Amino acid sequence: MIEIRDLSFGYNKQHLLFNNLNLQLEQGHIYGLLGKNGAGKSTLLKNMAGLAYPKRGKCLLRGHSVSGRPVSILEEIYFLAEDIYVPSFTPSRFVANTAEFYPKFSKSDFYSYLKALDVDENAVMNKQSFGQQKKAMIAFGLATNTSLLIMDEPTNGLDIPSKVQFRKLIASVLTDERCIVISTHQVRDLDSLIDTLLVLHEKEILVNRAMDEVVEILSFGFYTDTEGLKPLYEEKDMRGTNAILENTTGRFSKVDLELLFNAIICGNKKIVELLKAS
Amino acid sequence: MDFKENEPIYLQIAGSVSENILTGKWPPGEKITSIRDLAIELEVNPNTVNRAYELLQNQEVIINKRGMGLFVAADGAAKIKTIRKERFMQQELPEFFRNILLLDIELNDLQSVYQLYKKENKTNKETGHENEQ
Repeated sequence: MIEIRDLSFGYNKQHLLFNNLNLQLEQGHIYGLLGKNGAGKSTLLKNMAGLAYPKRGKCLLRGHSVSGRPVSILEEIYFLAEDIYVPSFTPSRFVANTAEFYPKFSKSDFYSYLKALDVDENAVMNKQSFGQQKKAMIAFGLATNTSLLIMDEPTNGLDIPSKVQFRKLIASVLTDERCIVISTHQVRDLDSLIDTLLVLHEKEILVNRAMDEVVEILSFGFYTDTEGLKPLYEEKDMRGTNAILENTTGRFSKVDLELLFNAIICGNKKIVELLKAS
Repeated sequence: MDFKENEPIYLQIAGSVSENILTGKWPPGEKITSIRDLAIELEVNPNTVNRAYELLQNQEVIINKRGMGLFVAADGAAKIKTIRKERFMQQELPEFFRNILLLDIELNDLQSVYQLYKKENKTNKETGHENEQ
């Protein structure tokens, strides 16, 4: 669905954010993109959406270059930015003006998503709180029914019931033809929705692995005593140790995404190698 | 549904579906919740529910009627019982024996306790409100 080939990008010549970055994303999946602050998550997403142009390399959607921005490609992409801009319209008027750009837009989906997220369709959008604005745009993005849906930190600013509704909506809109990419720091908000983990670190995609495979490769646990266990990575506190081990027994343990992320960004080569090997 | 951390979510979902079939909440021949609807209810990736349903289809607990959806197999409950009995015999029973041996409990001593338990839970089981552990 999305193919990024040897992408190099930087906002200035001295400092490249990506250097020969390669990434392939398939339809029918929800990708969770993790990376430190400043790693370039948003910039990578903007390259995918045709909002930033690669210095070298290509970003292709179904074989067509995104940076050329042909209408046939743009109408298949929806990008929900972290900082959103909303006009001084009601959601109904916003849809009347904007939905035309997306041939598969469903008005009935839009109004049912607004309702689920508790957003008033007759209230002027930029007079609402940040959370309400964000939810209105989430509803719009989901209702576009584009094949590629990119969301940058979508759960920021959402209250607890809205997060629940957000998860339900995401579960409802994934189809075999759709690819959803979500960047997030709030891993706990989304960890049973993400099926594939992407980690962006130091100019490249270090990890691109199905969560089901991660648990076959690694095991996660809390130990009062790690003697004789050979942990690949550990974080200790007064009660004991949170550790990542190589999964040699085939036993299941839930992926501790925060622990795994910390292990990867502090340069744990062994874990990255295990996750890279096929 | 709160998920446990020591078992894959798809197996936990398959377990809950099996539970509903065993207790009669989902009777034989009944159409079961679609992949999408169950994913929404549980707030999980639809691919996870799909994996659970695939497992149950392979076990012939549920059947796919093309274009109509998924249904509880006529002998779905029996199939689950066979699978669970096998697992009980292989995994839980040895563990149970190990424990009673360790604690010097004779199997005969448990007979009366078991009879009492059976009596108390029988009515529940018949009405389909069995409180399985």
